[in-house]
Amino acid sequence: MDRIPILRMGDILLVTIQVDMQDQTALQLQDDLAGQIAKTGASGVMIDISALEIVDSFVGRMLTSISGIARILSATTVVVGMQPAVAITLVELGLSLEGVRTALNVERGMEMLRRARLENALGR
Amino acid sequence: MAADPTGTLPLLSEQNIVASRQMVRVLCQELKLSLVDQTKMITAASELSRNALIHGGGGRMRWEFVERNGRRGLLLHFEDEGPGIEDIALALTDGWTSGNGMGLGLPGSKRLVNDFEIQSAPGAGTRVSITKWK
Amino acid sequence: MKNDHEALRATLREEENDVLEGWLDEARVSEPGARRAAKAEGGELLRQLDGVLAAGGDAERFEASEWTPLRDTLANLSRTRAAKGESAGDTSLFVLALKKPLFAALQRRLADDPAGMARALWTLSAAVDMLAQHTVTTFQQAREDIIRRQQEELLELSTPVVKLWDGVLAVPMIGVLDSGRTQMVMEALLQRIVETGSGIAIIDITGVPTVDTLVAQHLLKTVTAIRLMGADCIISGIRPQIAQTIVHLGIDLQGVQTKASLADALALALKQTGWRIERTA
Repeated sequence: MDRIPILRMGDILLVTIQVDMQDQTALQLQDDLAGQIAKTGASGVMIDISALEIVDSFVGRMLTSISGIARILSATTVVVGMQPAVAITLVELGLSLEGVRTALNVERGMEMLRRARLENALGR
Repeated sequence: MAADPTGTLPLLSEQNIVASRQMVRVLCQELKLSLVDQTKMITAASELSRNALIHGGGGRMRWEFVERNGRRGLLLHFEDEGPGIEDIALALTDGWTSGNGMGLGLPGSKRLVNDFEIQSAPGAGTRVSITKWK
Repeated sequence: MKNDHEALRATLREEENDVLEGWLDEARVSEPGARRAAKAEGGELLRQLDGVLAAGGDAERFEASEWTPLRDTLANLSRTRAAKGESAGDTSLFVLALKKPLFAALQRRLADDPAGMARALWTLSAAVDMLAQHTVTTFQQAREDIIRRQQEELLELSTPVVKLWDGVLAVPMIGVLDSGRTQMVMEALLQRIVETGSGIAIIDITGVPTVDTLVAQHLLKTVTAIRLMGADCIISGIRPQIAQTIVHLGIDLQGVQTKASLADALALALKQTGWRIERTA
């Protein structure tokens, strides 16, 4: 079973999903991220899904869960690089990915995380 | 490399779900479906494969290329001998905006394909058949 | 049964040229170039028909796999003729014209076996009828495909995605918004958003005559997809009557920003992306 690596860039954790994940792999990622956020005190998590051609309800729920868990641990999550076909399919599937922030690409994602960290620091 | 025009894949493990997605991708490419149509079909297959495994206790995916009025299509059957669905009508309702992803995800999958047929009864297993036309 | 097929097959193999010539005469294909092409087409059909009969094909079960090569050839025949603008009637007449020369050839061959001849003629008739029918259905499908392709091309021309500013795209929607059209616009718009990294897309519906619950649903799907990807959306060009309809129908726009004019939408988009416009004089 592949384990998705988590990279650390300052106080941001970066995950790039490039494989067609088994359900177990997704759950492992969720576990690993929760652990890493707590251990490093990261303020932000970026999940790059630009290589993901299929996002089904399981992956969708995983993304929602990670966002929720991160929020409780005082970190902001942003999912970047969603492919157009994936977005269209998710809408048709009826998955709203409630509570998951998204950005078009890594650059905008980092900007979003920076702003969020600033706002959190200012106690807003 | 042309895929077989018909075939069966077991749905007995998580790896099988991944395999079913990969198989459906190959089949969709054979049919030369557009990227969006491919994505929809593979996603629907993923949902229904998982249903067969998790809710149906394991089953299989059968595929065949079909033709109607000169149009080619891909027909997939997801079968299990599990507990079956008690209230099919209920399982098929939701508004398209509801998105917590709980339950069987049938209405969502139905929207992703052209033809959708379901046969199920308590104690009699379940078969969901979906078709995407070129 | 075997005898009828034997006679028919023998005719198809041994008298192919005569049958073809008779067929083309019957179908009134006289111009030399067209005749050559039709003869090649016809020859292919006859050989495949022989193949089907050899494999045990039965006209009663036309969907069976033995008939597939022949069905494909007929489908191609239909498509080519549909593309050339011929009618479904003419195309099926072409196939049906095969009956006369084959009937004549079978009658000659089985002159001493009236019962056998009757059976062979029946098999032939059933087979050719199925071929002609298949030609017509595939013809219709081919025609619909051509029309659909033309509509798509027209659609692409009439719904261009334009870049209004750095990071601001706009797409004017014109005409009736159905699911097919919305799908097309959605795909094109989303693709451009990714390519240009644009944070805001303005969908202008000045050119959309009515907005009912269904149209609103299609629009909202597009907005949801844009937001899912991480961009935002403004709907502009909402005429007063449409605003009234939206309220009257209780349509929930789910927090989508709306503006009456494209200009207002652009101003809002610029503000949201951090631009400020100053007059210099």
